[in-house]
Amino acid sequence: MLLLQVIVGGLLLGAIYALFSSGLTLIWGMMNFINFAHGEFVMLGMYVALLVVVWLGGGPATFGFAAAVALFVLGVIVYASLIRHVTRGPMLAQILSTFGLALLLRYTAFWIFSANIVSLPQTSLGGTLNILGILVPVAQLVAGVTAAVLTVAMHLFLTGTTIGSKLLAVAEDRNAAMLMGIRPDRMQALAWGLSAASAGIAGALMAISYPWSPSVGETFGLMAFVVVTFGGFGSVPGAMYAGLIIGLIQALSAFYFGPIYKDIVVYGLFVALLWFRPQGLLGKA
Amino acid sequence: MKGTIALGLVFLAYPFVLSNAFYLDIGVALLLAAISASAWNIVGGYAGQVSVGHCMFFGVGAYLPLLVYQHWQLPPIVGVPVGIAISLVLAILVGMPTFRLTGHYFSMATIAVAELIRLVVSTWDFAGAAIGLQGPAVGRGWYDLTFRGELPYYFIFLAVLAILLFVTWQVQRSRFGYYLRAIKAGERAARSLGVPVRRTKLYALMLSAAFTSVAGSLYAIKTGFIDPDSGFGILVSVQMVIIAALGGAGTLYGPLVGAIILIPLQTATNTWFGGGGTGLTYILYGGIIVVLARFEPGGLHEMWHRIAPRFMRGRDAA
Repeated sequence: MLLLQVIVGGLLLGAIYALFSSGLTLIWGMMNFINFAHGEFVMLGMYVALLVVVWLGGGPATFGFAAAVALFVLGVIVYASLIRHVTRGPMLAQILSTFGLALLLRYTAFWIFSANIVSLPQTSLGGTLNILGILVPVAQLVAGVTAAVLTVAMHLFLTGTTIGSKLLAVAEDRNAAMLMGIRPDRMQALAWGLSAASAGIAGALMAISYPWSPSVGETFGLMAFVVVTFGGFGSVPGAMYAGLIIGLIQALSAFYFGPIYKDIVVYGLFVALLWFRPQGLLGKA
Repeated sequence: MKGTIALGLVFLAYPFVLSNAFYLDIGVALLLAAISASAWNIVGGYAGQVSVGHCMFFGVGAYLPLLVYQHWQLPPIVGVPVGIAISLVLAILVGMPTFRLTGHYFSMATIAVAELIRLVVSTWDFAGAAIGLQGPAVGRGWYDLTFRGELPYYFIFLAVLAILLFVTWQVQRSRFGYYLRAIKAGERAARSLGVPVRRTKLYALMLSAAFTSVAGSLYAIKTGFIDPDSGFGILVSVQMVIIAALGGAGTLYGPLVGAIILIPLQTATNTWFGGGGTGLTYILYGGIIVVLARFEPGGLHEMWHRIAPRFMRGRDAA
């Protein structure tokens, strides 16, 4: 029973990993670009949730929405003011741009919110459900299911709507898309907005049940790299499965080896994966 | 050539002209930063393979001297070659798989491996876990390289920097150096011209790793103390990248120029903002990196080459 409980907990957290990782993989798929500040976007989503709860007294629906909107705007601003100008530049500029942004966001958060670990005051999602003997905190259940629904929604948006098709068209062939009357710049700005928003919501969802500090961005950023590498670069469904798998592996290694080893196991797997199957478990060869 | 000699003389004279402890401290920190950044520059600048996890080599280099002292009472310097050897193995481990792929994979792998090592070292009792390791408090002989003043360290660091810059200069002039620049300019084109791309990138990483490891050893021997964050922390990597990029990545003196600007600036911000100001220092770092990436990815070196001719022309006309 305890093992089942660990598995359920891992999958629920994994669904949130899947959500923010699908944002990272979207950018990679569209622009061949790695966002080193993605984890910081997740961290900012957490602080947006905190500010909304403290100032406005909103519930999870309010701060989840607020985090999505705030991060969408930030994503578009980052694209328009920074990313757009470095994508054609040298590799150094591409990597430094988001790497520097990550530092800027992380230490600005340190400066404003201090290094202390914070958590949200008790929300309306308290309590624990007992499902056939498995104890699941309501907050984690709601967060995990919401994340899973949003990730699927993102996939459906990309594959089933006109705007989604335009996004994928730009990803496929920028010039051909331009000839079809699609403005790649606008689509890429939208992709950055969506990507950051997915990170923001994921952060807000995790804020409900986990305490955090400004340095969590680094961990989540790396976690997103691992998930995206597992799932194959640029694939949203891949990120979905891989997120669940990583969440599960993390929960099981915490259970069997102790909590301090959970990240070591995941990063170790990542290195092994780079050696033996760099295109990802689910990626095409 | 004249410039190089003048620069050497300035550095030789510095500790005698500005001899008080404060300036000597800045000088030593500056040289160490210049060594680390110049080492990074070989693979990050010349080869254009941007490592954001170079602290893994720095940390290995820093830990080994204190490890051999802690466990076997050997002089710390014995750990230096061992550190280099382990760093070379690490370089192969990271470079072999990722150099088959585009540069983003390499960057991502470096940061992940560095973080993995930091986590392992933080939990590993043999390496002092989260507390870290200490060197000899008082030297048992000259071979412990534990000096009371900073002056001996200043000259040791200066010598290492001179050797590193000489090696970089030799690389720059050699066939290997041309290969590196060809790869940076366009990997596919380089490959089509018969440049052994993967092997060249790997050699560059190994050379860079070896010198970064030495930089770490120098730091640990001088400080006499190392913990996971000062060895393997992300900020160690950040400093190398920002210093090289500021002065001009892929140029011989770029990292040194970057260190000459950034280290005094860092000391100043730490003094202004007080002990709690380290956070502000890193906000500044992040800001500088973003601005460089956006407006001046070639660093001050390229900026100078763009501005200087105009300036010279103006002077001629007057």
